[in-house]
Amino acid sequence: MDTVHARFKEKIGEVLLPGDVFSFRIPESGGDCIIKTEKIICGPGLRRNGEEVQVCKSGILRHKQPNLYWIDSQQRRYVPAKGESVIGIVTTKSGDIFKVDVGGSEQASLSYLAFEGATKRNRPNVQVGDLVYSQFTIANKDMEPELVCIDSCGRANGMGVFGADGLLFKVSLGLVRRLLAPQSEIVKDLEKIFPFEMVVGMNGRVWVKAKTVQQTLIVANLLETCENMTSQQRQTLFRRVAEGSL
Amino acid sequence: MRDTPLSNCERLFLLKAIEEKKRLDGRQTYDYRNIKITFGTDYGCCIVELGKTRVLCQVSCELVPPKDSRPTEGIMFFNLELSPMASPAFEPNRQSELLVLLNRQLERCLRNSKCIDTESLCVVSGEKVWQIRVDVHVLNHDGNLMDAASIAAISALSHFRRPDVAIQGQDVTVFSPEERDPIPLSIYHMPICVSFAFFLQGSYLLVDPCEREERVKDGLLVIAMNKHQEICSIQSSGGIMLLKDQVLRCSKIASVKVSEISELINKALENDRKIRKEGGKFGFAESMPKERITTLKRDKAPVEMTDVEETANDIVNRTETTTEVVPSPVLVATGTAQVGEGIVNSWGLDEDEEDEPLTEDRKTDEVMIISDSEEEEVVILNEEAQKSKKKK
Repeated sequence: MDTVHARFKEKIGEVLLPGDVFSFRIPESGGDCIIKTEKIICGPGLRRNGEEVQVCKSGILRHKQPNLYWIDSQQRRYVPAKGESVIGIVTTKSGDIFKVDVGGSEQASLSYLAFEGATKRNRPNVQVGDLVYSQFTIANKDMEPELVCIDSCGRANGMGVFGADGLLFKVSLGLVRRLLAPQSEIVKDLEKIFPFEMVVGMNGRVWVKAKTVQQTLIVANLLETCENMTSQQRQTLFRRVAEGSL
Repeated sequence: MRDTPLSNCERLFLLKAIEEKKRLDGRQTYDYRNIKITFGTDYGCCIVELGKTRVLCQVSCELVPPKDSRPTEGIMFFNLELSPMASPAFEPNRQSELLVLLNRQLERCLRNSKCIDTESLCVVSGEKVWQIRVDVHVLNHDGNLMDAASIAAISALSHFRRPDVAIQGQDVTVFSPEERDPIPLSIYHMPICVSFAFFLQGSYLLVDPCEREERVKDGLLVIAMNKHQEICSIQSSGGIMLLKDQVLRCSKIASVKVSEISELINKALENDRKIRKEGGKFGFAESMPKERITTLKRDKAPVEMTDVEETANDIVNRTETTTEVVPSPVLVATGTAQVGEGIVNSWGLDEDEEDEPLTEDRKTDEVMIISDSEEEEVVILNEEAQKSKKKK
């Protein structure tokens, strides 16, 4: 049957290390074996090498129906990827472009025309040291990454300069993906404590703002600590904080 | 690689938080982070963890001819290196300003304070002396490298054992550690640096700044002191103007912190000595927690989640009931009335009380004055109000 799925299934939820191999060879047998060609999508951390699928990151193997497999790893170093929305810090303004630090190996460039309603006469108000929420249009290992603050229709859609107040801090990429998941438990639990604004960048940077400095610090510390907690521990911690701050 | 730049919003937030006397990890203004001192298997090897800042120090010795100007004294050589793994801002083989500053301060703290008896390092006068070499490597930079480096250096020096020597005429025999037990260095006192970071033109200060707080600081004051309250060196950088009483206050805080840290160092040395004597396992491998996640972990730091109500209730219960009579509104003019009068702000005075634990009499006197004045004011108002009522 599907030996491919079976091979993966027995390792779902287990910790795999780089160098582990899943090898698939179609068994030579008689007529009554129906060979089905299965399509498997290898997510981050898995790599196809001829007839094998190799693991190149250490982490836990995860599966999503119908045929998506990937390695869930705790990584803090961000590698720019096209289409991802990140929080960047503007470092220099030179002529027509801004240089933005996104936490990768190179600084990304952001053209001043890539803002909503920006023309050659009407330049956007961006200063050095500002935070920008933007998307990658070009991000590969051969070229300098490029960012834009508008989507394909020309609308800002929430991107651009933000955050005159509030606190920016760094978390691991795994936590960021958990926060951005559609029905994120962490966000739901946090909302119950007190109201706050949050911007999450895929490069591991999170910006929070609450009513007072104290509350902002509490939210930031909570997010940084719930990295390594199980959902049970996290819920007890949040409950304690909610009772304490009421 | 370049270091991440500090965004404007972080800077504003940090300064705002400092104005409200809040720190990022919930510490108080004068709190140090958790200090952890571990010794390696060799004598003279020590790792100090100050929060997330990690510093490694190794002491070694060698027989060399002495300096011509001082033929009877041993030589001390200090070297501090910023490893590129400590921070993306540190590049290898780059002589940065920070490196020079740290090296200079470490030398001043340990050499000029004469904490090590260099005369005892002499073997044959004019020919052979011991050269003690102290190498400090910064493994992780999360602020306050100076304190961590000085703690590591003095702990390593106290932990170090040099080989025993025997002199017979002109022959000098150096015994290996197996033949004869090595001898510790003779250390007079333990000078330790305490760093104070100043913000907003010297109006606010923080002890033991972390890396982000260091980025927004205006100036830095480093006081090297030992537990006998002797100041070994003071250095102020950043060009801020410091008042005399600020420096005095810092030195008092430093003496408290230094005595705590000295106790910690002595305890760590004692533990290590005990374990080595009993023949137990010692070294860095033993000090690492087993089967636990060590990356992305946070030490338990007290996050201040005090609710104003709790502290307010405490204060109310502690102070005497000042207002037993409700002040009635006083008509100032048609359309404006005044209820009560503003209470004198006592927070500023509270801070002074913390810093001067010796002058307790003054503390109680000040508190008394405040409550007296409040009562006086309240009494006056009520008289006026009663008078106005009578008039009506």
